[in-house]
Amino acid sequence: MRSMMKGASTILLATATLAAIASPSVLTAQQSKPWEKIPIPAMHEFKPHQPTRIQLKNGIVVFLQEDHELPFVSGSVVIPGGERDVEPAKAGLVGMYGEAWRTSGTEKMSGDAMDDFLEAKAAHVETGGDIDSTEVSWDSLKGDANQVFELAMDLLFHPKFSEEKLQLAQQQAAAGIVRRNDDEGAIATREASKLVYGANSPYTRQPELATIGAVTVADMQAWHDRTLKGKLIVAIAGDFDPAAMEAKVRATFERLPTVAASSPRHDEFKGPTPGVYFINKDDVNQSNVEIVGLGTDRRNPDVPALAVMNEILGGGFGSRLFQKVRTELGLAYAVGGGLGFDYDHPGTLRVEVLTKSPSTVDATKAALTEIKGLTAEPFSDVELKRAKDNILNSFLFRYDTRDKVLAERVKLEFYGYPADYLETYRTALEKVSLADVTQAAKKYIQPAKLAVLVVGNEPEIKPGLDSLDMGAVHPVDITIKQPQRPAGTAGQARQ
Amino acid sequence: MQNRAYPRFLKNFVAAAAAALIIAALPIATLRAQDLKSFEQKITTKVLSNGLTLIICSRPDAPVFSYNTFIDAGDVDDPTGDSGLAHMFEHLAFKGTTEIGTTDYAAEKVALAKVEETNKAYEAEYLKQVGKDPKKLEELHKAFLEAQTEAHKYVVPNQFTEVAEQNGASGLNASTGLDDTQYYWSMPENRLELWAWLESARLADAVPREFYKERDVVLEERRMRTDSNPIGRLVEQFLATAYVAHNYGRSSVGWPSEVNQLSATEAMEFHSKYYVGGNIVVTVVGDVDAKTAMPILEKYFSKVPAGPKPEDLTTVEPRQFAEKSLIIREQTQPFYIEGYHRPSYHDPDDAVYDAIQDIMSNGRVSRLYRSLVEQQQIAAEAEGFSPFPGAKYPNLFAFYAVPLPGHTPAEMRDAIHKEIDKLKSAEVTDAELQMYKTRARADLLRGLADNQGLANALSEYQTRYGDWRELFLQLDRVDKVTKADIRRVANRIFVGSNRTSAEIDTEAPPAGAGKPGDGKNGGAE
Repeated sequence: MRSMMKGASTILLATATLAAIASPSVLTAQQSKPWEKIPIPAMHEFKPHQPTRIQLKNGIVVFLQEDHELPFVSGSVVIPGGERDVEPAKAGLVGMYGEAWRTSGTEKMSGDAMDDFLEAKAAHVETGGDIDSTEVSWDSLKGDANQVFELAMDLLFHPKFSEEKLQLAQQQAAAGIVRRNDDEGAIATREASKLVYGANSPYTRQPELATIGAVTVADMQAWHDRTLKGKLIVAIAGDFDPAAMEAKVRATFERLPTVAASSPRHDEFKGPTPGVYFINKDDVNQSNVEIVGLGTDRRNPDVPALAVMNEILGGGFGSRLFQKVRTELGLAYAVGGGLGFDYDHPGTLRVEVLTKSPSTVDATKAALTEIKGLTAEPFSDVELKRAKDNILNSFLFRYDTRDKVLAERVKLEFYGYPADYLETYRTALEKVSLADVTQAAKKYIQPAKLAVLVVGNEPEIKPGLDSLDMGAVHPVDITIKQPQRPAGTAGQARQ
Repeated sequence: MQNRAYPRFLKNFVAAAAAALIIAALPIATLRAQDLKSFEQKITTKVLSNGLTLIICSRPDAPVFSYNTFIDAGDVDDPTGDSGLAHMFEHLAFKGTTEIGTTDYAAEKVALAKVEETNKAYEAEYLKQVGKDPKKLEELHKAFLEAQTEAHKYVVPNQFTEVAEQNGASGLNASTGLDDTQYYWSMPENRLELWAWLESARLADAVPREFYKERDVVLEERRMRTDSNPIGRLVEQFLATAYVAHNYGRSSVGWPSEVNQLSATEAMEFHSKYYVGGNIVVTVVGDVDAKTAMPILEKYFSKVPAGPKPEDLTTVEPRQFAEKSLIIREQTQPFYIEGYHRPSYHDPDDAVYDAIQDIMSNGRVSRLYRSLVEQQQIAAEAEGFSPFPGAKYPNLFAFYAVPLPGHTPAEMRDAIHKEIDKLKSAEVTDAELQMYKTRARADLLRGLADNQGLANALSEYQTRYGDWRELFLQLDRVDKVTKADIRRVANRIFVGSNRTSAEIDTEAPPAGAGKPGDGKNGGAE
């Protein structure tokens, strides 16, 4: 029901000015460490099973990953272009497209008929969209694989967007919009990103009732026709005959014209305006504190050092933030964070603490101290070793199944990274030194450039946020815009 | 690059809040005999002399393993007045043992005894109804804090988890449900012995260090999941209303006043009673050879104290005879949930409930989706689910719906009841029943590809049925479900007098709702 750590994999940064200094001395006092006497034999030899990569003449790339353990076949076609490429007046288009594409169906088979057909076989064909891509995916028992593949291809090449299903998607999107201020954590996550990238950035602008209402069937068809010209990546995994599968995929995709290169983006990333920001929510007894700044992108050669720094700050139970804010101070259940790096644009530096209203200021200060400590408190050899051990000894969980290996290869292909990226990354991690981490922290952690966002219950927050001594507290307006609707009717949403 | 569906409001909550949605979590399908046969070759079990059951399943695809330690005790077993105790112990199990996490256990033991003594004195004064002396209370509190500071001197914080993480533990976590407590992570295979040392030590040799700090952490967990979350608040009240006697109606994370008074002494008493060999199953799945691994596991896990399974709860929820409903009026969006009492997973009709859930809720072909979402267009989502909030004891078959803007909980209730009435008045189609059986089998097969998922399922079926084979043998029960069974069961439990409902009715913000000192940020539009 409850688990020890919340979202450990997403954000968990920790700190411990004290712990870092204190633990080496107590460790030496420890008389015996029986676990260190347990032998760790050499690991069984292992080479991750790489998929076959086939580049078609038109530029489309195909990956085939055989796996005969279970009688299933699954696949996907990833299409470049996502929500960040949508015009602002139609924000939310990709989400609705991802729904309506599948629920509408094709000329040959309506979405509803497709549901009946597939579910009777315990098979799936689904579509979806994200910030930079859309996708059609499928899976079925081996015996149904041909039929399901044909159906997925019919959907890819001959969708028939319907007015009715667009409307359904619009209603669903509207439900998401009017409910988006009910959950404190969702508000904090969303508004923290907006502070970093800007409220109107392609990476954070949010659908509004007006923008989802502006999307038409023609828009979806146009989007589909345009994006389908891009460099598609086809990935198929499971229990199939590779020669037959290759022939089938070639027959399907080789006839397409040469792919159009996607135009490079020219986004600006300035980072937040420093200061304290506040959103009041009167039905909570816990504050969500987000400390944010601008991160970097994965091509940056400092990323391995930053990954080690992140592990020291917030990676797991031994990290500085966890040791200090949770274990030593008992101020939070959920605490973590780090400096993010995305594949093709800067991520966000984000440290999160959830603490009871009265300790908002104490917990914020404690977390800020740990962030500042990255440049002020020297890293120790013990910390470096712990961080590197954590990352390197669990590294093989990035490719311990054939599905994971395939997903990684698709990702690298999509963002234009070399196929051996994980190996070179691992090698670089192994080489990270104390000096590297120190230097990276000094370069990328700039406390004066951080913003603090608090979502919480103002009357309970005592002392108030002014005692953070970070200047005036800026209220953030999250009122949901209600266009074309008389006040007090359906969909009324409060801030 | 990843698919994102629209927010699934309750689903997220239920998934997080009910790790113990066990039996339904891996839909039971009927497998052919050969599936079971192939697993019998991969699986070795052993019951140790202390009663603890070990299961090893060999799956040597990659040099890793996952484990699951399954304790047949959860928050349903918390003593009266001590809600949240099973969960508190789970947190303690990460704090180390007499050998790990301490600089000097002998001295620490004395200091920890002092912490308990001072806590007891402080708590006695704190709980006084008559003649409480504020000055004395303050002194006792000070002594309590000083004792903690003294004990803390011997602590190596988080050493247990640090050793695990430095050795490559991935997905390290635990969860406490109403029915059970589970510990799990994955590791490189060459750390099997190290893992066995760590895991057996915390089962056999837990030390209640830093308990009172951790209590604060757990209270923050409650604020996050329950107090500050509209659905969390609603579900806690819903269950408290549905049950009058059984502990399924009690807050599982614990009522704040009770969590606040839990002591390390109580947590260790819970441990002594429930963390005994006969109440524990440990499963390892991965690149592990039973021939060499079983003796290692036996050596370490034999340290767990012997003991028979503790007695189960005596309370049986009395038959409900009056419909109950509850309304929360607040400024959050509307929501509707209702539940009907049903028997535990031991009931011969268990698979019939699974069939009803599947037909009513699974995917875009399900009756509730087609009716409420697609045809009437009144809900963003609508599903039925069971067992809830646990499976071990008689529980609920629940339905919920998330109204679209402009629609009300009352409309959700009426629309759900119409669909329930159809189940009662006419048989489901052959196609629907067949779909359930096909999907159940396929879903079970899909689950077999994941070491951690498989470890969890094997532990659970071994505990709940006394034999992991039941994971596969359930097929028989699934296959035997008939259309008449579904109609019969629906008529038996889906009746008004067996129903509890809860809803959020959205209140308009008060006029001029700006917050003091925060004029720009008010709810007024």
